Amino acid sequence: MRYLMLLKARQPDTAPPPELMDAILKLGADATAAGVLLDTGGLAPSALGARVGLYGGALSVTDGPFAEAKETISYALYQVRTKEEAVEWASRFLALHRDLWPQWEGETEVLKVFGPEDFGAPA
Amino acid sequence: MATDPRRAVEAVWRIESAKIVAALARLVGDVGLAEELAQDTFVIALEQWPERGVPEHPGSWLMATAKHRAIDLLRRQRTYRDKLDEVGRATPQAEDRDLAAELDDYVGDDLLRLIFTTCHPVLSAQARVALTLRLLGGLGTDEIARAFLVPEATVGQRILRAKRTLAEKRVPIELPLPGEAAQRLASVLEVVYLIFNEGYAATAGDDWTRPALCEEALRLGRVLAALAPQEPEVHGLVALMELQASRIPARTDPDGAPVLLQDQDRRRWDRLLIRRGLDALARAGGTLGPYVLQAEIAACHARAATAAQTDWDRIATLYDVLAYVWPSPVVELNRAVAVAHARGPEQGLRIVDALSLPGYALLPAVRGDLLARLGRAAEARAEFTRAAALTRNARERDLFQARADALA
Repeated sequence: MRYLMLLKARQPDTAPPPELMDAILKLGADATAAGVLLDTGGLAPSALGARVGLYGGALSVTDGPFAEAKETISYALYQVRTKEEAVEWASRFLALHRDLWPQWEGETEVLKVFGPEDFGAPA
Repeated sequence: MATDPRRAVEAVWRIESAKIVAALARLVGDVGLAEELAQDTFVIALEQWPERGVPEHPGSWLMATAKHRAIDLLRRQRTYRDKLDEVGRATPQAEDRDLAAELDDYVGDDLLRLIFTTCHPVLSAQARVALTLRLLGGLGTDEIARAFLVPEATVGQRILRAKRTLAEKRVPIELPLPGEAAQRLASVLEVVYLIFNEGYAATAGDDWTRPALCEEALRLGRVLAALAPQEPEVHGLVALMELQASRIPARTDPDGAPVLLQDQDRRRWDRLLIRRGLDALARAGGTLGPYVLQAEIAACHARAATAAQTDWDRIATLYDVLAYVWPSPVVELNRAVAVAHARGPEQGLRIVDALSLPGYALLPAVRGDLLARLGRAAEARAEFTRAAALTRNARERDLFQARADALA
């Protein structure tokens, strides 16, 4: 089953330490080698994006930045066997920040993507 | 923590268990003993983590604890041997190995060693599949039994006997010598593809597919591709599985009945898996191994936006090559289908009529299809009836019966 992970964070004033970037690359390589990381990408600050809405029958376009405490900064798509496995990979990602960039705070939303198993053949 | 601690421990264990078993197997020289030691470690984590909290680095914690247990065991065995020496019995002097240093070797090679061991030709195909799912997939005997529709006790026995066979035949846990590497790799790829196919087209039971088994095979294939990136056939197998798996959402209708390739709604094919499959195929580098060739064929289907746009000429040519490098009646049967599309049903029928595949339901099914296209309805009907009687898959039986009835 697939999980979409959205990383949200408030960037601290300090720059990310190079060791963190190395560790993140290594974790990505580990997850790829474990056959669970399908796709990943970084997201630019919301100031460079827009939001398209439909309310009361009217389309509206709002340019960023959006009034949110945290910015969405990257996504990753995992294919794992249980939700707990997805949570474990997300925890490892945040643990790297805990260990190597103590000022950093953020969260990962772990969202299940519906797959064939959710529309299985009737018994 | 929001999630159940037991399930959290299980998740970490599943991610790490193959690496742990692999490292321990190299140290103690026995996959059965290695698995027992790894299981002990898992039980310790189950006891301690819910009470004391999950360690900061759970993966490293599991590996370190497992290593300590293995080193303790080996030291006890050495002490035992030393005591035997003291009482005057002759035993070979145990070399003083630096156990801790040995365990810190690159884990990737350990995993590859374990894969080559669980897929060793000394074991039957069934035993290889069960042992690989158990030790590399971290699946329980109950899960393997469910996937293959056999009693749990049977799977347990199969795994037990496989481990015993490896120990009795003194199969070393090592990378194969260059001379036999290709042959051993072929055995590994075969096991992974067997697992995939059991998920993709279940040989028995009520469901047409078991996507979880396909996912597990894909995961094993991707692990293998990371461990042996220099082997074109590994990328060929991964490409083949990614491309086949991309069609899973379109292969069954809402009632669970199979939908044939030409009738599938291609908008439901998984674009991400197609992209990954084509990327893997590019990495295979155009060699003519059986998996690369099959992946090339699957890629032809993936690239066709509609069934009518399928490049059947290229597929028929690829099957001609495949039948040459990897001759088998099943390949011939598939070649017949491709040739019928590219060069007409008579040409396809000529290939089918030369084939003998006793008990294989797809032979009369293909023959029936070709006869129907040639307007020979009565003969076609008899073939579909035969196919329906032969298959052990309930969904397939319904499909063949419906084709027979439509020809009445």
